[in-house]
Amino acid sequence: MDSSRLWLLRPFGERSTLIFLGVLLAAMALVTLLHVAVPPGHPLYVSAYTVNLFGKYLSYALLAVAVDLVWGYLGILSLGHGAFFALGGYAMGMYLMRQIGDRGVYGHPVLPDFMVFLNWDSLPWYWHGFDMAGFAFLMVLLAPGALALVFGFLAFRSRVTGVYLSIITQALTFALMLAFFRNEMGFGGNNGLTDFREILGFNLRSSETRLGLFLATGVALALGYVLCRAIVTSKLGRVCVATRDAEARTRFLGYRVERFQLFVFTVSAMLAGLAGALYVPQVGIINPSEFSPLFSIEIVLWVALGGRATLYGAVIGAILVNYAKTVFTGVMPDAWLFALGGLFVLVTVFLPKGVAGLLALRYRRRAVGSGAFSGKEASA
Amino acid sequence: MSILSSLANRDRVFDFLVPAESPVDVRHGPILYLEDVTVSFDGFKAINDLNLTIDDGELRCIIGPNGAGKTTMMDIITGKTRPDSGKVWFGSRHDLLTMNEPQIASLGIGRKFQKPTVFEALTVFENLELAMAADKRILPTLTARMNGEIRDRIDEVLLTIGLAELRERPAGILSHGQKQWLEIGMLLMQRPRLLLVDEPVAGMTEQEMERTAELLTGLAGKQSVVVVEHDMGFVRSIARKVTVLHQGSVLAEGSMDQVSCDPRVVEVYLGAEAEEEAV
Repeated sequence: MDSSRLWLLRPFGERSTLIFLGVLLAAMALVTLLHVAVPPGHPLYVSAYTVNLFGKYLSYALLAVAVDLVWGYLGILSLGHGAFFALGGYAMGMYLMRQIGDRGVYGHPVLPDFMVFLNWDSLPWYWHGFDMAGFAFLMVLLAPGALALVFGFLAFRSRVTGVYLSIITQALTFALMLAFFRNEMGFGGNNGLTDFREILGFNLRSSETRLGLFLATGVALALGYVLCRAIVTSKLGRVCVATRDAEARTRFLGYRVERFQLFVFTVSAMLAGLAGALYVPQVGIINPSEFSPLFSIEIVLWVALGGRATLYGAVIGAILVNYAKTVFTGVMPDAWLFALGGLFVLVTVFLPKGVAGLLALRYRRRAVGSGAFSGKEASA
Repeated sequence: MSILSSLANRDRVFDFLVPAESPVDVRHGPILYLEDVTVSFDGFKAINDLNLTIDDGELRCIIGPNGAGKTTMMDIITGKTRPDSGKVWFGSRHDLLTMNEPQIASLGIGRKFQKPTVFEALTVFENLELAMAADKRILPTLTARMNGEIRDRIDEVLLTIGLAELRERPAGILSHGQKQWLEIGMLLMQRPRLLLVDEPVAGMTEQEMERTAELLTGLAGKQSVVVVEHDMGFVRSIARKVTVLHQGSVLAEGSMDQVSCDPRVVEVYLGAEAEEEAV
């Protein structure tokens, strides 16, 4: 075994990771079985719509894991992770737009409909290459990664942390939202990118493709989870926790703290981008509202509800809140925000460590770094 | 000249990447040598013609009233403060005045500050692991693996500081005294040649003081230890040799009994206490 690869395999030796992967795979298998083998109309039948919905939850779960990596373990409360999610989504959306080809409303062989509508005569330079799946999928990771690298380099080098960093991340996503709203940016402005038809040659409206996307998202979540687990159980993960709790002391031990922060922040942004790329083909649209500061704050709420610094808590939180959102907005749409607020208050008061804290209490399992947490840190 | 000396330093720093064979030259006896050191802040001489020699493996206590220059002296040795004049040598080969803080730290001078800061969410074992001298860049840290050698080293330090039974407990649950010992352990993980310990027993219980005394006397011999302390009882219990600082220079030096009989020391200390009472 190559010793430098071993850190990636370390999570497979942990009971909590195996349980998580087992539950996730079992859920994926069950949904697949109920969708494929049970006849429609049967009470246990899972419709293509529901499969699609679950796929969306799983992409949110991956996003929440990415946020928990930087917030839970590094202490960086990013209120702008929606930006990385949306950038990944836009990269995927550009690929899907180019896949439409000449079947758009205006029938132009190359230009997407909105460009024809704006009387553009050629493709902007940054749209080139997105007709190739490989390039586009690479951009799904590289675009958010590059933004995080530049943003993080400037922020961490200047030792911007705490509330100030949260505010700048919020400003970042807000600025991007305003920019993407502009038609001149070449990303479809207000309407964003939509009317997708195919991904890798598969019809996006067919139930097989939806099932495939659901399963792909599940696999991405599993891999992302294992990667994050591998990071937090490594010595680097312990340096992150040390940075979170006593940054100056960590620096004094000889660790270049800002580089560790930049590394983890960039990895997290790339995971968020991947989540966005899996989300877009399942919902069929990407528009600037994904950049909205409110969405980024909501992600943090999922993580807080599920339990910070556990990773699996983030998954639980994302799925629970979004399931509740689906139910509530169906039954009484006006009550949703009140329900979310109420849920948050209840969890903060009765479950300060989130749902995961409740589980950990039951099983007395101790995860690295999830130890001494106080309310003071949670509000930082 | 400066280029040449910096090249020479670089050459030496590479040597220190092998901490077990630290090439600090102590064949001539002293590990730390301060001569005629003077520092002034806005005209006030915090350190005034200070001469101090610490032998290899020695345990030395430095006492003195507030403002005697104890902390400033530590700052000079660790490179935090530059003296206006004087010489500071580590062994007979390294001129500390030509080096910066990280270089001096990597040379094997560890400093423990008054207030203990340990990583509370990490276990005692993990605290020591992070403090260990190792390649601290990102990828080596990410792929670092625990091996028998590292484990043995950590176990050894755990025994030394008396926290072996608490190795898997988060450092946040430790008492104040135990945190101080863990801090000392974190310094030991870097295999220092010289330990500078600032007020180790402040806020400790009687029993904790006793154990700290045992710990520090046990460390001497393997490394040199300089302790700055106010608590006279504690100093009496550990010190073989005591240096009394007053107004930035050495007032008296010798065994605790000799020093406490010295009329100048009595005057300074009684004077200081009388002033404190008057305030």
